[in-house]
Amino acid sequence: MQVAMKGISKAFGPVKVLEGVDFSIVGGEIHALMGENGAGKSTLMKILSGVYTPDAGSIVVDGKPTAMRSTTDAESHGIAIIHQELNLIPQLSVMENLFLGREPQRFGVLDSKRMRVEAAIWLNKVGGSQIDTAREAGTLSIGQQQLVEIARSLSLNAQVLIMDEPTAALTDKEIDTLFQIMADLRSHGIAIVYVSHRMEEMFRICDKVSVLRDGHFVGERMVRETNFDEIVKLMIGRELQQRFPAREVEPGAVRFKVEDLADENKISHIHFEVRAGELLGVAGLMGSGRSEILRTLFGLRKKTSGQVRLDGATLDLRNPTDAIAAGIGFVTEDRKSQGLVLGMSVRENATLVHLSEYARAGIVNSQAENEAVHQLISELHIHTRDSELEVKSLSGGNQQKVVFAKWLAKPPKVLLLDEPTRGVDVGGKAEIYQIMNRLAASGTAIVMVSSELPEVLAMSDRILVMNEGRQAAIFSAKTTTQQQIMTAASGGL
Amino acid sequence: MSPLENAVLEKVHLPSGVTRLNPQRKALLQKLGPLVGLVAICIGLAFMSPDFLTIGNVMDVARQVSINAMIAFGMTLVILLGGIDLSVGSILAVSSVLMAMLLHAGHSSVLAVAVGILAGAFMGWVNGIVIAPGKVAPFIATLATMTLLRGVALVLSQGSPISDFSSDFFSMLGGGYFLTLIPVPVVSMLVVFALFWFVLKKTVFGRHVYATGGNAEAARLSGVKTDRVQILVYTLSGIMAAIAGVILTSRLNSAQPTAGAGYELDAIAAVVLGGTSLAGGRGWIFGTLVGALLIGVLNNGLNLLGVSAFYQQVIKGAVILLAVLLDRSDK
Repeated sequence: MQVAMKGISKAFGPVKVLEGVDFSIVGGEIHALMGENGAGKSTLMKILSGVYTPDAGSIVVDGKPTAMRSTTDAESHGIAIIHQELNLIPQLSVMENLFLGREPQRFGVLDSKRMRVEAAIWLNKVGGSQIDTAREAGTLSIGQQQLVEIARSLSLNAQVLIMDEPTAALTDKEIDTLFQIMADLRSHGIAIVYVSHRMEEMFRICDKVSVLRDGHFVGERMVRETNFDEIVKLMIGRELQQRFPAREVEPGAVRFKVEDLADENKISHIHFEVRAGELLGVAGLMGSGRSEILRTLFGLRKKTSGQVRLDGATLDLRNPTDAIAAGIGFVTEDRKSQGLVLGMSVRENATLVHLSEYARAGIVNSQAENEAVHQLISELHIHTRDSELEVKSLSGGNQQKVVFAKWLAKPPKVLLLDEPTRGVDVGGKAEIYQIMNRLAASGTAIVMVSSELPEVLAMSDRILVMNEGRQAAIFSAKTTTQQQIMTAASGGL
Repeated sequence: MSPLENAVLEKVHLPSGVTRLNPQRKALLQKLGPLVGLVAICIGLAFMSPDFLTIGNVMDVARQVSINAMIAFGMTLVILLGGIDLSVGSILAVSSVLMAMLLHAGHSSVLAVAVGILAGAFMGWVNGIVIAPGKVAPFIATLATMTLLRGVALVLSQGSPISDFSSDFFSMLGGGYFLTLIPVPVVSMLVVFALFWFVLKKTVFGRHVYATGGNAEAARLSGVKTDRVQILVYTLSGIMAAIAGVILTSRLNSAQPTAGAGYELDAIAAVVLGGTSLAGGRGWIFGTLVGALLIGVLNNGLNLLGVSAFYQQVIKGAVILLAVLLDRSDK
């Protein structure tokens, strides 16, 4: 099967999202579609899968021009999409989800026996034979839910499978399983479009890569004939000066000290100290208790033992308000559900934490607030036309900078970062690293949890590795390797 | 698209593809939709009934609106949090009965009013405690207190109205005039409106209300004491219900244990007509004032035109549906 999109254009109101984009894919290849946030990847894929209709251009399936007017249309041509936010109905069983909208019937009554048998067959094909077809979909892990979605697409006879950021919420092990299944599907002649930011994964699994920039198609390469720098250059239109900007400060005196920290069930025996201007990376597998350390330190989880000292003073942190008052900031993992109030403006989000700094007797001084916001916008290079725009209209990287702005309105003594560059494109990442470096230079002690090992290695001074709720080791970032960290994280030493 | 925006766009005839309105102007136009509706209905009624645009009638409408508007101001904050308060009618009744009992026992009207409002605050506070730290859905919590407090009003009054208070001050609160022209409740309504506008627009507390309603988790992680914000808002809603009770009791010169039944729905209608989202985080107090006026003008106009009470309900319901649909169509 061969699908070619030719000269696709699409505008939303005055905003041109795609202009004359070409993209083609053939059966038996895994084709990466890359580009920064806002480059138009999602829109292009929504056009291919019938969610949007293009303003201009054509889609040719096996030589025949085809109109995709709806997702059902696209599915009938063998094109299916698996969205980043999975589309299963959590209260329904696995098999009910698999056959939603086309349930097998006998005399108008559900044929549950056939449904169960066929569901098991399809799950088996994607390596999900251990998934109970009668279980509620919402109780499965994200990785398993994804398998159910892939099985659903295959049962619809999909020949082209579009996967939007499929690994974003998966553990390393689940990613391995997913990649095996993708390779297996490829060998059966299925075409996979892999939409992602993750450069390492693209090099690991994909055959071809197409790059979009600002709504334009800028190039297609064979993965084995290209390299990291070339793809980044295509994506951002210039050479990336430094992927990880260097930090030139020597850490000062011990600022933040944690002794024998434990919570009720997830973490215990955590000891570490962070110096002023130092960045402590926290690595480990998903579920190893990385985030729980930060959440406990920020007063979100109940501490059952341990002492926390900041600049020599012992802290009693029972809720976020205590932590903030002590000078601790927390950039959370999920910026949409925990970091930002999406319906509020850039200004209102940026001053949410330290609003009382610009208020007297509870009354906000708008002028002081506006001045502070404009300073933050220019300091952090937040790209927005207007501080009154809703923060949800910004790109992922700029949204994340607004999250940083919340904490920087009054420089924190300690900043806890949970996946600070998740969902941020390459250019945005570099800017966020620079913000982190500037904070360190001003004496902030930083603790950063991250799943991206290259980031942890490059940005940290020292690295704490977690394994099943305990700390397995603390390495100096200069002398350790990815291999060493992975070994410690999986329990070996 | 709101009617006003439509009108503007038709006049301007912008070629397609050109930036028509920036998002903020567009949002403002959409927000002003209800006001345009109100003005249109007023102009229509002025033509249809000569009695409508007389000073006496306008003041009457404003006074009738004041009770619903007071409750709706409190309800706006509740709905901004993504909550709902069904108990306001019952709170009004309990406060009203308490004030009447104190007045009958010979206490001063200042004491009676103070106790009535404090009682409203207490009842609202209980709602807040059950909803925020107690984590009960607002609909369920206030449905329960609605029933419970209605019972309390009936028990306290033993089921019968308490009437005739011989206090000039107390009867002034609902029936008096400011400068012999503007009814006192209308002045109170405007003062409270200005206060709420200021609180929502200019204070840290107001910002925290929007943030909590928009994303409670993000607000909490930013150090907003979201439980405290919720408790305060429900307490305010109770206070506003009690103030409406003062006006009603004074105006009728009587406290009825069954008073205020169904008022919660009028208040919710005013808030929603004014463009505040039931999902929380989005809305404004000016819209609520306009919404309350819309309902009041419609009631008054239909009466003046001699429309039967049965049809009035049908028309009111249809107007609310239409307004909400117009508000939705552009989202």
